[in-house]
Amino acid sequence: MSTPMSTVASMYVSAAPSPRNCLQANDWICGEYVRSRGQELVDATVQHVWITVLSVAIGLLVAFPLALLARQRRGAAGPVLGLTTILYTVPSLAMFALLTPVFGVSAAVVVTGLVLYSLTILVRNILAGLQAVPTEVREAARGMGYGPLRLLFQVELPLALPALMAGLRIATVSTVAMTTIGAVVGFGGLGNLIDSGMQGFFKAEVLTASVLCVLLALIADLLLVGLQRALTPWTRADRTRRARDGAGGIRRTGRERKAVA
Amino acid sequence: MDAITGAWDWLGSAANWAGENGVWHRLGQHVQLSVVCLIISCLLALPVALYLGHIGKGGALAVNLANVGRAVPTFAVLVLLTLSPLGRAGDWPTIVALVLFAVPPLLTNAYVGMREADRDVVEAARGMGMSGPQLLLRVELPLAYPLIMTGLRSASVQVVATVTLAALAGGGGLGRIITAGFGNYDTPQVVAGAVLVAGLALLVEAVLVAVERLCDPMRGKRPARTVRRGIRAARKDAAAV
Repeated sequence: MSTPMSTVASMYVSAAPSPRNCLQANDWICGEYVRSRGQELVDATVQHVWITVLSVAIGLLVAFPLALLARQRRGAAGPVLGLTTILYTVPSLAMFALLTPVFGVSAAVVVTGLVLYSLTILVRNILAGLQAVPTEVREAARGMGYGPLRLLFQVELPLALPALMAGLRIATVSTVAMTTIGAVVGFGGLGNLIDSGMQGFFKAEVLTASVLCVLLALIADLLLVGLQRALTPWTRADRTRRARDGAGGIRRTGRERKAVA
Repeated sequence: MDAITGAWDWLGSAANWAGENGVWHRLGQHVQLSVVCLIISCLLALPVALYLGHIGKGGALAVNLANVGRAVPTFAVLVLLTLSPLGRAGDWPTIVALVLFAVPPLLTNAYVGMREADRDVVEAARGMGMSGPQLLLRVELPLAYPLIMTGLRSASVQVVATVTLAALAGGGGLGRIITAGFGNYDTPQVVAGAVLVAGLALLVEAVLVAVERLCDPMRGKRPARTVRRGIRAARKDAAAV
């Protein structure tokens, strides 16, 4: 296929006005890169988002019963917390490498690894939230005829929400960052671009993908803060009332403070 | 199952342990880099954290540093540093990245530990006429010790994991065995490398737990620590975020 001379000429002409092309100069910041590879960036971001969301969602679904188990049986708490801590200690590259023979080179490797990492933080925080529910509240609900399931979902879970959401925020932010390492099996979202940028010594690609990754973590965190505020309106009312009454006017008792934390 | 027996065979072959790309050489690199970076990080982070905790200022800095550290991908920082002018200076990109990621857990935990030291005890010590340095070294530091060690442990785990990642950006260490395995589609080698890395990380964690117990300045005098510690840590997360 031959390129018409006029096209080549016009390319030259259009390139000529800008004294130096940032792509050729391999600058760190390059608008031309974002313009010409926009679709690539969008695709990588979309992959990054779905891997993160799927991992955290599965992590939450697994962590909740584990936390319940750890709370119900005194003997289970140690092993559950110990096992999740051990999983957390395994470096991410080793984790993905160990999962590769199980799932082959696929997105399942990355998602499974990220789920296992998120468990540590999620189980701990859910457990802490549930254990911080004041006994009086539990007794009162039981006295009002709440069964165990209703007690859990209508009384204990809402009270445990602040701790749960704090854990969810930490887990989500770390998962966004750790997804990049999925690039070793080709499913790293923006990490794929960082990887290919490294191979090709393409500075703009690496910096743009890295910045997007941090932005993604920030946005996810802000969204979760918004969700938490929407889900726990009572904590806000409490705070404004306290502010009105004069901060520190009433010293909280130890148990109250624990419940709030 | 093939992968496990394959990895076992790989680990059993003496050829894989010797030479430039052998396990011993890579392990040596890994441990050396980790130790050097941990020492640098401790020297940078602990004095600042202890001082800030003692005077009770800079809490926002300590907490935000940990949050920022979590949001920034290690891999991105490693690659950015490798592509920067620093990249031509051998191990320096790895060392800088390692220190950057080891400082936040050290600083935040030590700071929180200092601030969480029982105020009543601190006030009592001040009332007994202890000077600032005495208060810091003889009251606050022993009380903050468990959290300082928690910070040291998470920093070490972080460092061992980051050295592994450095292999992706062309650095040395045990991660190279994994990346080389991925490059050759050699699954047994990938698994063997992963087992070595995971084993090293767990060993480091276990050794530090033992050191923490043995060196505790208040050994035997601290209230019993059980599973609740994890829960306390989680509560701290909740309060910190």
